[in-house]
Amino acid sequence: MALGSDMYRQQILDHYKNPRNYGELEDPTFSHVGENPLCGDEIRMDVRLGEDEETIERVAFSGDGCAISQASASLLSVELEGKTVDELLAMDRDDIVDMLGVDISPMRIKCAVLAEKVAQDGAEIYRGELEAEKTTTED
Amino acid sequence: MSQQNADALDVERIRGEFPILEREFEGQRLVYLDNAATTQTPEVVVEAMSDYYRETNANVHRGIHQLSQEASICYEEAHDRVAEFVGASGGREELIFTKNTTESENLLAYAWGLRELGPGDEVVLTEMEHHASLVTWQQIAERTGATCRYIRITDDGRLDEEHARECITDETAIVSVVHVSNTLGTVNPVADLAALAHDHDALIFVDGAQAVPNRPVDVEAIDADFYAFSGHKMAGPTGIGCLYGKKHLLEDLDPFLYGGGMIRKVTFEESTWGDLPWKFEPGTPPIAEAVGLHAAVDYLEGIGMDRIREHEESLAAYAYERLDAEGDVDLYGPEPGPDRSGLVGFNLESVHAHDLASIMNDHAVAIRAGDHCTQPLHDRLGVAASARASFYIYNTREEVDALVEAIDSARQLFA
Repeated sequence: MALGSDMYRQQILDHYKNPRNYGELEDPTFSHVGENPLCGDEIRMDVRLGEDEETIERVAFSGDGCAISQASASLLSVELEGKTVDELLAMDRDDIVDMLGVDISPMRIKCAVLAEKVAQDGAEIYRGELEAEKTTTED
Repeated sequence: MSQQNADALDVERIRGEFPILEREFEGQRLVYLDNAATTQTPEVVVEAMSDYYRETNANVHRGIHQLSQEASICYEEAHDRVAEFVGASGGREELIFTKNTTESENLLAYAWGLRELGPGDEVVLTEMEHHASLVTWQQIAERTGATCRYIRITDDGRLDEEHARECITDETAIVSVVHVSNTLGTVNPVADLAALAHDHDALIFVDGAQAVPNRPVDVEAIDADFYAFSGHKMAGPTGIGCLYGKKHLLEDLDPFLYGGGMIRKVTFEESTWGDLPWKFEPGTPPIAEAVGLHAAVDYLEGIGMDRIREHEESLAAYAYERLDAEGDVDLYGPEPGPDRSGLVGFNLESVHAHDLASIMNDHAVAIRAGDHCTQPLHDRLGVAASARASFYIYNTREEVDALVEAIDSARQLFA
């Protein structure tokens, strides 16, 4: 059995130690929070859309938790800028694993997908397609 | 130390009885420090169970045939042996086999709590309860209108005894307390709490999941009314746990689960219940697991529970000392001593507990990280999660050193 030794490669550690887009937006189009009870990770994602109400213009995240969840949020915040809401909603677990560029052990995948799930739930709530107060990866 | 050396466990011999400890991951020998979650299983236990399946397997209590009689005797004798192990002089009548400690807790809460609790009654717990008891009593209290109170812990991770005396009053119906905290390692003064509960005509239930595996436990010396523990944390198999109860209290209780094997007489209109402990063990019980637990109890007693406690305490003290010397490791629970068990909860300041556990895994060091089923306690400690190293009879000081080395590499990675 292989150990998860590659999980903490430079990119993840870099984004954990120097998170991009960390903070809150003053004028988000939508904003949502979620948690991963397994690690106690908490993430808030703020998203501002352009005038077309489709293109993601700015993303910010805040919260705290393990390196995997925080690095994933930082990477996602960079990745999402310029994408459309439809493209965000089309993302899945494999896209996150590709984005992170490392194998995530099965026990930690919930940490990795938290930010994506929070952003997606936020978008669906904004579109009136979902009612939820808080996202949790224990669904 | 000299006495310890004279009585020290022959760890090398013991390790030879646990083949799983020979496993290697990418060339690194397994360092198993997650014993508070589950202990490994010695050959004698595995053999007892496989011999049972090879030679004796049958259902219990109802067969006339020879195999069923033999299986029934094995199963019944396991009750007596485990009862004896924890000092229950009533034997099988005071020792119910369940699935695990959690089911033992639920059995009591449903069978006794639903019937006896009502508005104005108080259930007194502690801030260091496992979810097994905390959630169970919380839900039964909500259904019955009773109230839960929580005895505070002090900043050094001990029960606040003054607050215990404030919480346990004539309104208290039952005190439910963990014997050894699975997160802090605190050994609680359960006999004192039992006396306090009884002074107020309250009952006391003790969660002994982290105590029975590693120290001599005498339920009668504690004067516990009910006491629960699990097989898989004491070198036994999964799938079996125990609930001890004083005979007159168990006799008075109605069953929790219904079915075959627990009845005396059934008509289309009504049923009457069988004798203790069978009225609490409906359906086909964990027979092979009972055989395994019997073997585990024999095995542990062969080593000696006092020596097991000393071995664990000495490893925990060494781990505490080494981690404390690191300077950036926060340690939870009391300092090493008689009221501290063989587990060490901690956090490395710069690394989240789950990242730490993942990096430890890269070094083949198995520890626990998370909330350890004590979320309210973690809220009280002000952390989302913690790491935990827990020791057993086969662990060594060298493995503590491996733990510290793995922590060093995590620190360097995140520096």
